[in-house]
Amino acid sequence: MNTKSLLAKLGPFLGLLLVIALFSIPTEVRGYFLTYANFKIILTQTVIVAIGALGMTLIIVSGGIDLSVGSSIAFTSVVGALLIQRDWPTAVVVAAVIAAGAGIGLLNGVAIAGLRMMPFIITLGMLGVVRGAAKWLGGNETVNYDTSIINTWMTTPDPFGWSLPAGAWVAVVAAIGTAVMLRQTVFGRHIFALGSNEATARLCGVPTVRTKIMIYAVAGAFFGLAGLMQLSRLRQGDPTVAVGLELDIIAAVIIGGASLSGGMGTVLGSMIGALIMAVLRNGSQQMGWPTYFQEIIIGLVIIAAVFLDRLRQARNT
Amino acid sequence: MTTARLRLSGIRKAFGATQALRDVSLEIAAGEVHALVGENGAGKSTLMNVLSGGLFPDGGAMELDGAPYTPRDTLDARDRGVAMIHQELSLAPHLTVWENIMLGAEPQRGGWLKRQEAKAQARAALARLGYGQLELDRRAGDFSIAEQQIIEIARALRTEPRVLIMDEPTSSLAQADTERLFAVIRQLRDRGVSVIYISHFLEEIKRLADRFTVLKDGQSVGSGAMADTSQAHLVRLMVGREVTELYPARVSAAGPTVLAVSGLNAGPRLTRADFTLAAGEIVGVAGLIGAGRTELVRTLFGLDHCTGGVVTLQGREVTGQPPGAGWRSGLGFLSENRKEEGLMLTLSVAENTVLPKLGKFSRLGWLNRRGMETAAMSWIGRLGIKAHGPAQRVGELSGGNQQKVALARLLEYPAQIFLLDEPTRGIDVGSKAQVYELIAGLAREGRAVVLVSSYLPELFGMCDRIAVMRRGELVDCRPSAEWTEPSLMAVAVGAAA
Repeated sequence: MNTKSLLAKLGPFLGLLLVIALFSIPTEVRGYFLTYANFKIILTQTVIVAIGALGMTLIIVSGGIDLSVGSSIAFTSVVGALLIQRDWPTAVVVAAVIAAGAGIGLLNGVAIAGLRMMPFIITLGMLGVVRGAAKWLGGNETVNYDTSIINTWMTTPDPFGWSLPAGAWVAVVAAIGTAVMLRQTVFGRHIFALGSNEATARLCGVPTVRTKIMIYAVAGAFFGLAGLMQLSRLRQGDPTVAVGLELDIIAAVIIGGASLSGGMGTVLGSMIGALIMAVLRNGSQQMGWPTYFQEIIIGLVIIAAVFLDRLRQARNT
Repeated sequence: MTTARLRLSGIRKAFGATQALRDVSLEIAAGEVHALVGENGAGKSTLMNVLSGGLFPDGGAMELDGAPYTPRDTLDARDRGVAMIHQELSLAPHLTVWENIMLGAEPQRGGWLKRQEAKAQARAALARLGYGQLELDRRAGDFSIAEQQIIEIARALRTEPRVLIMDEPTSSLAQADTERLFAVIRQLRDRGVSVIYISHFLEEIKRLADRFTVLKDGQSVGSGAMADTSQAHLVRLMVGREVTELYPARVSAAGPTVLAVSGLNAGPRLTRADFTLAAGEIVGVAGLIGAGRTELVRTLFGLDHCTGGVVTLQGREVTGQPPGAGWRSGLGFLSENRKEEGLMLTLSVAENTVLPKLGKFSRLGWLNRRGMETAAMSWIGRLGIKAHGPAQRVGELSGGNQQKVALARLLEYPAQIFLLDEPTRGIDVGSKAQVYELIAGLAREGRAVVLVSSYLPELFGMCDRIAVMRRGELVDCRPSAEWTEPSLMAVAVGAAA
């Protein structure tokens, strides 16, 4: 392995260390910023973007993009809230929310692979369609319910204890599962082949249409799972939540070393990318920076990440 | 006589009005290397696409080992035993060597990859080619072109092909790699694989192939055993044709030298070029695809980065200039790639015509649309461009009229030296004659023209002198009268004179 590819692999870690170091310098926040309690908060704040980034990793590695994630998360959280309102058993609610996400992904996949349309355009359209559907479903307001066990998944009873919230464990398990799938299954390797050279994959007998549809459907299931965590965090179904979250999720994947032109990307990198986004937000809050300032910083980080992607591409060709 | 491995008879294929294949017959035995030769545009690629399932023929019959052969698509062709290795490599650069070789046929159990087995199979495929030592876990994109080609051959062999088609496999290989590839091909032949080998390089074919077929203008015009034929005979078969009177009468009237190129070098695709160009002169550049002709004119115009040599333009040295400088230093460039580089298809005739000098049609940044349209109107009249008017989108025009718009833009700018790359590609005969008249007119006015063309009659009909390029090098430049089509083609393909 040469120095350059080593740097490319370590890049996301260095980025994470860099942002942590940055927020550790100012004395007014250092005391709290570096505590385990804050680490727990950051982890919990990461969960939704991290699970979304798992699905997005599959899509971006295959050379696609999905802009409808934020809307999918809102839609599936509204679905979950409505089902809890109707006293459905928790297991069925969980399955239904994930299935709803997978259904949206399936629609995306069929439109993209079956009709040979550009992922950017299809999912941009679906961003509006799904957001509208979420508002329609929720009667244009938040969907409230009395209580549910789901509400406890994104918090721990003891904020200063060692135990992590269930949602964080779900994200970790999902990440390991995705990493194994990408590496050890034929489907996983075909995702890379599609992103690296679609024409060749087709020529070699990879079922490109079916693989693409599956990619978007599986990714949709992850977005449904992220919607479930959103529901748990807000304790209500809010059709207006997660606007613009797709950008955080895409940024996390790109910061993690995936290439927007496909063929490259790792689960570990995407998870680090999600952590970087969460640390940035958390640190900015600790510093007492106004939200508009956070938005500017996140935006600049996205541009920097895409610029790094470009440098990587230039090096590879 | 035994049945042939592959037999084609009367294959026809048209694209719109262009008859790419008229009547192609081909017979290939098992365990034979069969060379397919012909000029650029003779129909070789079309024929290979028909064979490998990428295109459906309009007529004719194909038989594989005596059974009718009608592939549905490339995948079906591969399953029936016809595999093709394209000139542009088609590996997935991000995947490892073994993943590329096993792509689409990974050994698996219930969706789980059997990694060790896959690697073992890939190793075996490479070992059969004598490349068992290749690192299986490295990314394919990190290997040299020659090694990538071996990986691709290994992949093609995985399906145990009966016919392997190779399109210009040595065009980007160094001599040593070519020798190793030949060893692999001979080995395949000895194992009973029929290899169809497409190449422009006659000396290679002479050494490698058992039999040959020559294509000319979409027809098979000759075939036979390689041992019984000479390179000169092949060249005659490739180029023999009657020339029609499309070309304007010209009197050579070369003035002072306006362009002198010495030792020009721009990377591996253009290794060396020396020539001069005088005012009022048309110099042709002949050569095969990939010989460096396009790189030559692009480098002269400043589009490709120049890595060495001296270009003297009207007494001034102008190497290493950025593209914009090409226009300003009195050069005009017509790209061979009309649709992607030459024109803005979604913009109007007027906008395309005056694009390099929009400044002349604007005041304080505001465009004078009427002025632009008037200028475009005059060109529409002078060149006989068939368009509804200056506002029509260029993409709606026919190929010939698009080309005239591209030329109008060149003429609108007062260049002294014109670099024209395939100016008549894909346009009809009538438009060609008009374009030739235009080019001759430029020379009459004392301007100088470099004309790159794959069509030899055009070069002979238009040029005062013709330069021949081969493998990145400008090897010879002589007055047109000193060339014959066979002698020129012989230099282009590197055949012994």
